[in-house]
Amino acid sequence: MAAKSSLINMAACLTGVCLVCAALLGFVYVVTDEPIKAAAAAEAQASIAKVLPEGGSISEEFSSEAEGILGYFVQTSADGETTAYAVKTVTGGFGGPVTLMVGVLPDGTVFNTSVLSHSETPGLGAKCTEEKSAFREQWKGFKGVLSVKKDGGDVDAITASTITSRAYTKAVAQAVELVKSLGHE
Amino acid sequence: MSKFSLITKGLLKENPTFVLVLGMCPTLATTTSAMNGLEMGLATMFVLILSNIVISLIAPIVPDKVHIPVYIVVIATFVTVLQLLMQAYVPDVYKTLGLFIPLIVVNCIILGRAEAFANKNGVWDSALDGIGIGIGFTLSLTVIGIVREILGSGSVFGWKFISGDGMLAFVMAPGAFIVLGYLMVLFNKLAKK
Repeated sequence: MAAKSSLINMAACLTGVCLVCAALLGFVYVVTDEPIKAAAAAEAQASIAKVLPEGGSISEEFSSEAEGILGYFVQTSADGETTAYAVKTVTGGFGGPVTLMVGVLPDGTVFNTSVLSHSETPGLGAKCTEEKSAFREQWKGFKGVLSVKKDGGDVDAITASTITSRAYTKAVAQAVELVKSLGHE
Repeated sequence: MSKFSLITKGLLKENPTFVLVLGMCPTLATTTSAMNGLEMGLATMFVLILSNIVISLIAPIVPDKVHIPVYIVVIATFVTVLQLLMQAYVPDVYKTLGLFIPLIVVNCIILGRAEAFANKNGVWDSALDGIGIGIGFTLSLTVIGIVREILGSGSVFGWKFISGDGMLAFVMAPGAFIVLGYLMVLFNKLAKK
């Protein structure tokens, strides 16, 4: 079985194993570096494209100081006119942060929304990720008052998930606010 | 011990989940659906087979006093390799399992097999042991996942057979304990015969 332990062979063995492992990891890292970046970029592109009208080119990510805004992208048409914004926005939900990508037209109308990450309760708040649900469909072209009906707004909340719905609405409101403030500049 | 029984013992006599009761953290946390359970099982099996092979090879030259750090380095290396590969080629799966992939490093099953089997046996036997225990773990997780998905979401492998929701508790943490407990009772009753 195992060899006898002495200071020298223990140090030599650990060093040797770590060197071999580090070399292997370095190799795998180099090989997978490209595909990982490509996959991450493709995912980011897909999430932006999902919330914006088709066509036009999408800018690099801009940063913003506004509350809850992680960053935003500007979509411009071929003749240089701004056609829409995609805003990455975060609020506190029921179980943790809810991060959304919100597509907003320059006049402040919501084009579409999608959930980037969340930790809401499965079967309740997590329903906000269901693409074809009434809650999600109402955002397409939404331009009413941005708070849930219980609070006097125009947003239909998810049944039994008012806190998630409020968080979602607040995130969208942050995005719309940002786009409005950009328009005034 | 015959080669064949090296594989089958992982399914029944030394089933890691229902008999040895090892690796409970990923078992309880990732089996919210059949697919998640299956993927987690396969990921663990990948690491288990490779670490068993390497550890059985290096065991004779590793000094006794540092064998645990050496094994952990080997295991952590394979987990990181797996993590990079999954991020690169199956990013969706990586996203669902997320945190539980790096946690495979501290999964008792893997270090347990290294200690209990791989450092005393040959390469070939250790590889078979890894495959056997790996299949046992994968099947157990898949079965727990299937039961929880049927009761909790009314679907199997994402295919929905009722409209609306199932019993939500089964998708959440308490359901994991309940299902695991009952399956353990059932498994041990059947295995005794």
